[in-house]
Amino acid sequence: MTHKFVVGFDGSDASKKAVHFAVNTAKMTGAHLLIIYVLEWSPYSFLTPEEIEERHKRREEEMARAEKAILSPLKEELFATGVQIETGIRFGNVADILCTLAKQENAEQIFIGRTGDSDFASRVFGSVAGKLALSSPVACTIVP
Amino acid sequence: MNHLTKVMTFFATFFSLTTMTQAQSIDETVNQVFASSTGWFVNFIFAPFPGTSFPWIVAWLVVAAVIFTLYFAFIQFRLIGHALSLVKGDYADPNDAGEVSHFQALATALSGTVGLGNIAGVAVAISIGGPGATFWMILAGLMGMATKFTECTLGVKYRNEYDDGTVSGGPMYYLTKGFKERGLPGGKVLAILFSIFCILGAFGGGNMFQANQAHQQISGIIGAYPGWITGVIFAAIVFAVIVGGLKSIASVTEKIVPFMGIMYVVTALVIIIMNADKIGWAFNQVFDGAFTGLGVAGGLVGALIQGFKRAAFSNEAGVGSAAIAHSAVRTKEPITEGVVSLLEPFIDTVVICTMTALVIIITGQLLIDPQTGLYVVEEGKIVTATGASGVGLTSAAFGSAISWFPYILVVAVVLFAFSTMISWSYYGLKAWTYLFGEGKQKEITFKVLFCLFIIVGAAANLGPVIDFSDAAIFAMAVVNIIGLYLLMPIVKRELSSYLERLKSGEIKKFK
Repeated sequence: MTHKFVVGFDGSDASKKAVHFAVNTAKMTGAHLLIIYVLEWSPYSFLTPEEIEERHKRREEEMARAEKAILSPLKEELFATGVQIETGIRFGNVADILCTLAKQENAEQIFIGRTGDSDFASRVFGSVAGKLALSSPVACTIVP
Repeated sequence: MNHLTKVMTFFATFFSLTTMTQAQSIDETVNQVFASSTGWFVNFIFAPFPGTSFPWIVAWLVVAAVIFTLYFAFIQFRLIGHALSLVKGDYADPNDAGEVSHFQALATALSGTVGLGNIAGVAVAISIGGPGATFWMILAGLMGMATKFTECTLGVKYRNEYDDGTVSGGPMYYLTKGFKERGLPGGKVLAILFSIFCILGAFGGGNMFQANQAHQQISGIIGAYPGWITGVIFAAIVFAVIVGGLKSIASVTEKIVPFMGIMYVVTALVIIIMNADKIGWAFNQVFDGAFTGLGVAGGLVGALIQGFKRAAFSNEAGVGSAAIAHSAVRTKEPITEGVVSLLEPFIDTVVICTMTALVIIITGQLLIDPQTGLYVVEEGKIVTATGASGVGLTSAAFGSAISWFPYILVVAVVLFAFSTMISWSYYGLKAWTYLFGEGKQKEITFKVLFCLFIIVGAAANLGPVIDFSDAAIFAMAVVNIIGLYLLMPIVKRELSSYLERLKSGEIKKFK
């Protein structure tokens, strides 16, 4: 059976480190990588009538932009590594999405970067890495 | 920059005009012109049945709500649990995440309907129809849920989806497409009529009524000053949002309004609990008044008319505006949006309007003659403890229990008025573009007109504004409900198919 790792990626330096760490681990274990870019979205947020009317169009644009600016360059960069890579774009809460995907895909591990910021918001609401460490259904590697 | 120049020119012209004339006389002139030019329209819409005082339009709405309730076998009670489940996202496909959710469509539609109708309109209804109006208002709210279900289902089913991914929906689309599908004539004519009335409704209830009551509330706190000043300030902010594209103001309002709504209900509950010993008495007043009138002018019929009128004006069931708001949701099943929209009249009328009514009754704002035990009525209205009417009455009621709440209420009224204006500018625009076609110039024309009407609304006296607001909104309901009657078999077919698939498990829960 092929091993699968889920990697959270948002284009930041911290997430790049996590991807590279996951790639190295995958090389050793022969695992596939599922690299996910999550656009923060809540179905319970409030929108104006115009925002509602344009939402579908905006969503398509956001996905196209994420694919072009974030995921395509990463795929090109990782092509030479020889590791089998699949990418995806999801909407929702980053930690929730990664946990759900790990379960759905029977992944062995989740990899995620940590920015190291200890700003007010993350102290109050908790960071993605912190939430994953607490709720991940599989082993979770937080790359500093 | 172009927009900025236009704004500057507009306000420069306006202010140069105002310096030439006495401010107070502008108010009066606007009021006179307004009352004389809209009187015929108002008289027609509220004409009573010959030999009675019962306006035909109220019967029109009541009969429609009863017919839809029976035709769909009390759908508002059968599917309310399913509606909550849909709003929670239990049936939302995770692959569709990022699209408009049922919750968002409901919240946006609600922020268009929860407004001054819930605060000021209820006060007007109670002071004319007595506490009994509350009973008929709740009943109208409950039955209106079936009307809302019908129109919102059709709104989604017959919406236009454009190549760029945007959508446009509402009665004008289901009237044309639905009638064509059923081989019925006259769909286009009804759609055009609806659009005309929708534009008038946007200028009336969705705009002038809001500006008028917001002004009354602000001047009640800081002292009397000419209405046009409030009008110009509101117009400038709305202009900045809808013409200038300052979306951040609208976004912030959309986020604050729901919390204001929750705070309003919670405060009302606190006041009711503070007066727990009078709850039984208040409900007695509501039930007795509903059937006897408790000596209020018009008696039972007066209470019923006021109750139904206010409910319809507040929750807009049958008016068709909600069909425009709900039609943008991303769903493969139009019925689901209809089911979700059932909650709208419930939250708006059965919960929020009832809270306002109970607070006014329970805090003893309506004067009772100690000798007869009946309400003191002068010029067809119950005399109030502070002499206030409309939003002032609601404010006095809340203020009598929590002294600082009127200040919060001013903020709530201004925000409710603002979000309702933004929503109605959208509904009006959709009708406008349906009539005149899409195009930047055409849109700007409507939006500038919309802002000018804000000034007119704030400057005019309550009487002519509220009459015109009601008339314009009800005129939309005349056309829309004709369409709903003719298209309801389509909704029934959709509903049966949906319920069968829900039962068989074909439509599955994701949570």
